[in-house]
Amino acid sequence: MAESLLKLKTGLAEMLKGGVIMDVTDATQAKIAEDAGAAAVMALERVPADIRREGGVARMASPKKIREIMDAVSIPVMAKARIGHFVEAQILEEMGVDFVDESEVLTPADEEHHINKHAFKAPFVCGARNLGEALRRIAEGAAMIRTKGEAGTGNIVEAVRHLRTIRRDIRQLTVLDQEELMAESKRLQSPYELILMVARDGKLPVPNFAAGGVATPADAALCMYLGAESVFVGSGIFKSEDPAVRARAIVKAVTHYKDPKALLEASYELGEPMRGIEIEKIAQEDMLQTRGW
Amino acid sequence: MMIGVMALQGGFAKHCETLSKLGTNWCEVRAKEDLKKIDGLIIPGGESTTMLKLLKDEGMFEPLKEFTSSHPTFGTCAGLILMAKRVENPSQDSLGLLDITAGRNAYGRQVDSFNQLVNIPIFNTEPFELIFIRAPQILETGSNVTVLARCQDKPVLIQQGFWLGATFHPELTNDTRIHQLFLSIVNQRRSVAA
Repeated sequence: MAESLLKLKTGLAEMLKGGVIMDVTDATQAKIAEDAGAAAVMALERVPADIRREGGVARMASPKKIREIMDAVSIPVMAKARIGHFVEAQILEEMGVDFVDESEVLTPADEEHHINKHAFKAPFVCGARNLGEALRRIAEGAAMIRTKGEAGTGNIVEAVRHLRTIRRDIRQLTVLDQEELMAESKRLQSPYELILMVARDGKLPVPNFAAGGVATPADAALCMYLGAESVFVGSGIFKSEDPAVRARAIVKAVTHYKDPKALLEASYELGEPMRGIEIEKIAQEDMLQTRGW
Repeated sequence: MMIGVMALQGGFAKHCETLSKLGTNWCEVRAKEDLKKIDGLIIPGGESTTMLKLLKDEGMFEPLKEFTSSHPTFGTCAGLILMAKRVENPSQDSLGLLDITAGRNAYGRQVDSFNQLVNIPIFNTEPFELIFIRAPQILETGSNVTVLARCQDKPVLIQQGFWLGATFHPELTNDTRIHQLFLSIVNQRRSVAA
């Protein structure tokens, strides 16, 4: 039973591959995203750039707002719950949200424990910076992993770091001797069974998407090259000058990431991207990616 | 024989894995030029609105319509929606191949996704695990459509000439029988054409 439930969860993640998942804060934005070809939307109260600027405790979006977005589009709707806040997740599941993002973008509710995601029928996506973190989340029942990047910055450097780290960690496992894998399990602080699986398959047992700092079609294509199977775009679309055009361009870039001609076309006449922040200018305590354990 | 898997968006990777398992040559189809080298096409699940948008934006819709009208094509879930003559909830454009009415998201949202073991008469041995994910339903079928399998009384696997459609996801299981059926349709068509 547990195995067949997991198949339904990762199955939806499979269907989102090669697509773009866009952050939206109301029905109008959701419709723009759907019309631009988004594979799914993420319903939230404020985009990460605003959460970063305004501060305060960031929580699950109000059910009314999420409902409004669910009613506006026919594509899957995701929503965020705070790390460890399984009651927010229960509410989202009860509403019929298609995917729950246990997200470091919101203020964590539990500083030691993540949600036991096996207990839910709704699939979960979780952020990770390295293979160990990804496998811990998968062991807890995540049906999809995304890199954390540094949300709300419009700066791709952290997503690149995390994608490369995960990819390098995976490659390393595939060339180790069988005897070395237990030590690796200890080093990565993740379950031995999952380590064996990754060593055998050379990939994560669930789809691996990218997130955090995507602002341009080229950013999205870069993530795909580095092994992401889909891309989440947070503030990058609705904090830009012309969201509809940029959204369509990013969708095109993800599909045709290997085709420089298509990427050039997608990068033409986009209007201004979001402003962006250098990572060194962010105080350590304001980093979102260090949330989660 | 070369099978194309439409890879604009969606669950194409698992179809490719299944074809590899069967030792079949396959390639991803992302541009209209790719259609020239294939004998049959698989349109995977995913978001039909996204695929439709990409097809139309890039002038691939008409070439695809032309290709599929004369070549074996197998659509799963969103792929079946794209192949249906009529689409509801909401209504949208399609390739207009299968003489059916497809209702999108007809079982509900992801929490209503399910799997079920079903006997498929043409295989008549082991039951097949049908995986439905935000699946469509076939609401009406024309007289030229053969229903190969039903689940909860609804047609879920259908054939019309060299076109095959499933509302579920055989590519998410290890069971290759439906893909083999499609390959035999492609083979038949090739020998007719030759």
